[in-house]
Amino acid sequence: MRRDKLTRLLMVIIAFLVMPGLASAQEMQSHVGKVTGHSESGKQLFYRYCWGCHGFRGDGNGENWLPTGSFSNPYLNIQPRNFVAASFKCRSTPTGTLPTDEDLYDAIKRGFVMSNMPSWITLTAQNRADLVAFIKTLSPRWKSDKPSEPINVPAEPAVSLESIKHGKELFTKLECWKCHGPEGRGDGPSASTLTDSNDQPIRPYNFAAGSRFKCGASNHDLYKIFMTGLDGTPMPSFADVIKPEDAWDLVHYLRTLQVTHSSPELALWMKSKEGAEIVNAQKIGGTPTGSGIKQ
Amino acid sequence: MRTKHIFLAGVAIFAAAAMTSAVPGGGAVTGKVTYEGTPAKQKPIDMSKEPSCAQQHATPISTETVVTGPNNALENVVVYVSAGAPDENTPPSQPVKFDQKGCQYIPHVLAFQVNQTLEIANDDQTSHNIHPLPKTNREWNKSQPPGTPAISEKYDKPEFIPVKCNIHPWMHGNFAVLKNSHFAVTQGGGSFTLPNLPPGKYTVTAWHESYGDQTQEVTISGTETKTVNFVFKAKPY
Repeated sequence: MRRDKLTRLLMVIIAFLVMPGLASAQEMQSHVGKVTGHSESGKQLFYRYCWGCHGFRGDGNGENWLPTGSFSNPYLNIQPRNFVAASFKCRSTPTGTLPTDEDLYDAIKRGFVMSNMPSWITLTAQNRADLVAFIKTLSPRWKSDKPSEPINVPAEPAVSLESIKHGKELFTKLECWKCHGPEGRGDGPSASTLTDSNDQPIRPYNFAAGSRFKCGASNHDLYKIFMTGLDGTPMPSFADVIKPEDAWDLVHYLRTLQVTHSSPELALWMKSKEGAEIVNAQKIGGTPTGSGIKQ
Repeated sequence: MRTKHIFLAGVAIFAAAAMTSAVPGGGAVTGKVTYEGTPAKQKPIDMSKEPSCAQQHATPISTETVVTGPNNALENVVVYVSAGAPDENTPPSQPVKFDQKGCQYIPHVLAFQVNQTLEIANDDQTSHNIHPLPKTNREWNKSQPPGTPAISEKYDKPEFIPVKCNIHPWMHGNFAVLKNSHFAVTQGGGSFTLPNLPPGKYTVTAWHESYGDQTQEVTISGTETKTVNFVFKAKPY
């Protein structure tokens, strides 16, 4: 008799413990710094600000992408992110894995330069965190895949000529020039044939053009680009084939390819004979009628 | 009393063996995959942008979207049991190998099981980036310079996955990730055999990268070998 009552009590307790889990099965949270985002709040924001491009289902097929229902006249040059497929370009995590909450938050805040994704600094930090939480409800991957660890990025060593020269050797050895071209102008032998994972033509980054990288502007961001790969694009991950110290050397060299963007690496490189020769041969100076042209 | 125990143990072992998916000495399905009509002409591949590969081929190799054999045989067709056999959650421990040689994927179509280890090697003197394009499995993209070790990966969902190399746009391959061990890829004459099938009703599917898939039902009663043939309609483009 006493055993029955105890069993019944236990069942009631268990039911109470399980119920909240069932009720909030669809609710996701995000954690960015001190802010916790909630998907229910993010949902309101998504259907006000985001779905025009990203689509009602968040699959990248918003009305702004295919207004005439065909690929012949898309308004947006790059297809908006497909949150259902959940394969993201700018991450701190290895290729083929989900990004961290910070990665998504940064993407919303920074926007994607040279694309139609604006920088959402008009939204508050709480808004952005809520949006990140909502994005995580759009794909089953956020429940089925294990959370991924960001890659380990060691401290950046000081910029030196040896570092830049070693980076130059790596650029040649790892055949970056096949797509990016020997001067990093996005004109390598394979550049014109590149297609992204949706079979849309895509160009490799042109370092000489000097625009910011889509995944951020710092050396740390540049490091992560080739050590995590840009999923969904032809840019692979080199994490298995570059040692972390060597990766920083490559970062320093890549900065010297950005000949129209001043950086400590470029300044140091210009001080060396080899560097000055290479950069001056590339530098676009003056206007056709201006004083910069060397006669 | 003891004989009764031994007898029962023997029956239990026999029953357990009968319940596994592959029964050595069980029935089999065999057949040929052929095409009718005129398949599209395969084009020669220009590898001049990659001299280290171009010189490995005395005559340029052709694209492999449709590979044919004598007597209208259709090669590179994945024939597999799509229903009727239980899913095999423990894959074989032996990895399958995918090679990049002469700027070509060898084999062009690689069939293996869910969670089986896939080893990808680069035997060329140029970098390749191995970029499978799944839709339900996770998409990853890794650079593989010459002389670096094989890349090991696995897929946890069944899917047909196209594979490409972004650096060499003519390279195309396919992974067929399957739920059980009853599959074959037609080679050398379009024929296939699916052995070790316990008695039961099966759906056999044949998949071709350009012509889609076809299914047929077959029933195995004992240790017989049933013949199932597939005929695909070739398209001239």
